[in-house]
Amino acid sequence: MITLQVNGTSHQVDTDPEMPLLWVIRDLIGLTGTKYGCGEAYCGACTVHLDGEPVRSCVTPIARAAGHRVTTIEGLSPSNDHPLQKAWVELGVPQCGYCQAGQIMSAAALLAANPSPSDEDIDRSLAGNLCRCGTYLRIRAAIHKAAPNRTATNNGAALATGKDI
Amino acid sequence: MVFRRREPSTGLGAAPRLRIVRAGSLLLFSTAALIAAWSSGSASQTPAAEQLRPPKTFASITDQRQRSRALYAEASRVLLHPRCVNCHPSDDTPRQGDAQAVHEPPVSRGPADRGVPAMQCSSCHQDHNMKYARVPGAPEWHVAPLKMAWLGRTPAQICAQIKDPSRNGGKTLEQLHEHMASDALVGWAWAPGSGRKPAPGTQKEFGALIRAWIETGAECPTEEVSR
Repeated sequence: MITLQVNGTSHQVDTDPEMPLLWVIRDLIGLTGTKYGCGEAYCGACTVHLDGEPVRSCVTPIARAAGHRVTTIEGLSPSNDHPLQKAWVELGVPQCGYCQAGQIMSAAALLAANPSPSDEDIDRSLAGNLCRCGTYLRIRAAIHKAAPNRTATNNGAALATGKDI
Repeated sequence: MVFRRREPSTGLGAAPRLRIVRAGSLLLFSTAALIAAWSSGSASQTPAAEQLRPPKTFASITDQRQRSRALYAEASRVLLHPRCVNCHPSDDTPRQGDAQAVHEPPVSRGPADRGVPAMQCSSCHQDHNMKYARVPGAPEWHVAPLKMAWLGRTPAQICAQIKDPSRNGGKTLEQLHEHMASDALVGWAWAPGSGRKPAPGTQKEFGALIRAWIETGAECPTEEVSR
């Protein structure tokens, strides 16, 4: 039996310790906001936080999460009001939306570590989150908009303030 | 002096004997591989490791300094192997595969050689290989610091580098041996999983070569090793 905390709630799961965290979250606990993309840590759709650090849940064995705190997109904020979620809505970032949970979880980890990221910082930190719809410019803009110490020195910041880029 | 991998200067008569031994080993090894493939059905997916010659192979080189260089030349087959060099990049990103392609997805070494926020090495790599996702893993997975870069460097350059405490993490030769012979992340090179070709020999055999190299004066090649 493996015990882990997901979004503040303790769960006990009886499963193979090598089962990916993603399947525990989706199939055993029933939180389906986190998506399966590639299953090989290439695309970032399954990104969640483990003790605040982003991990690709599709390749994280549940044994690694035992006794630790997992945060999924459902637990990022109490009322879907994380600054990133608000910026995402305001700028209309998603198209099909499939990758966006992973994008936001990676972005939240970036902003926690760097409250005023440059375009280059964002590009590097989200290089592993793929979007088949190509919403990268709006993702970047929304991150700037949500950044606690936002700057207006780059393209993403320009879009975040409503200017054309 | 030029060292050749297949026929080192081991003295009169030694090279032919070596060939015979190796031919015999090859036959034995091939038979073992066939049996393993037949019995498990999966062995064929993991390329066989090349063998490392043990220190005693070089005992007939009477000049100690030359023997030391020959030992290093053999050990450098591990140092220059993609399983090792790929995570000793001379730029910002590790490499992948035997062709040493740039890491996919694109990653940056970051300030502590463990990635950048949201793209840490540990975001994807575990402390062991992931069988189904084929993501490699070992404890403390990270890239070597820039001052320990090996990619694009020659055996002679790497030799000088690993002996220099300002470029080897402040290690003595004894600590260098400990690192190479025992470190778990180094050891991954011999158990890379998912069809990746392991470094030659075993970590224990590599450690024995490094030990013998140190005991003979840790000499570096005076010219580039020719293979």
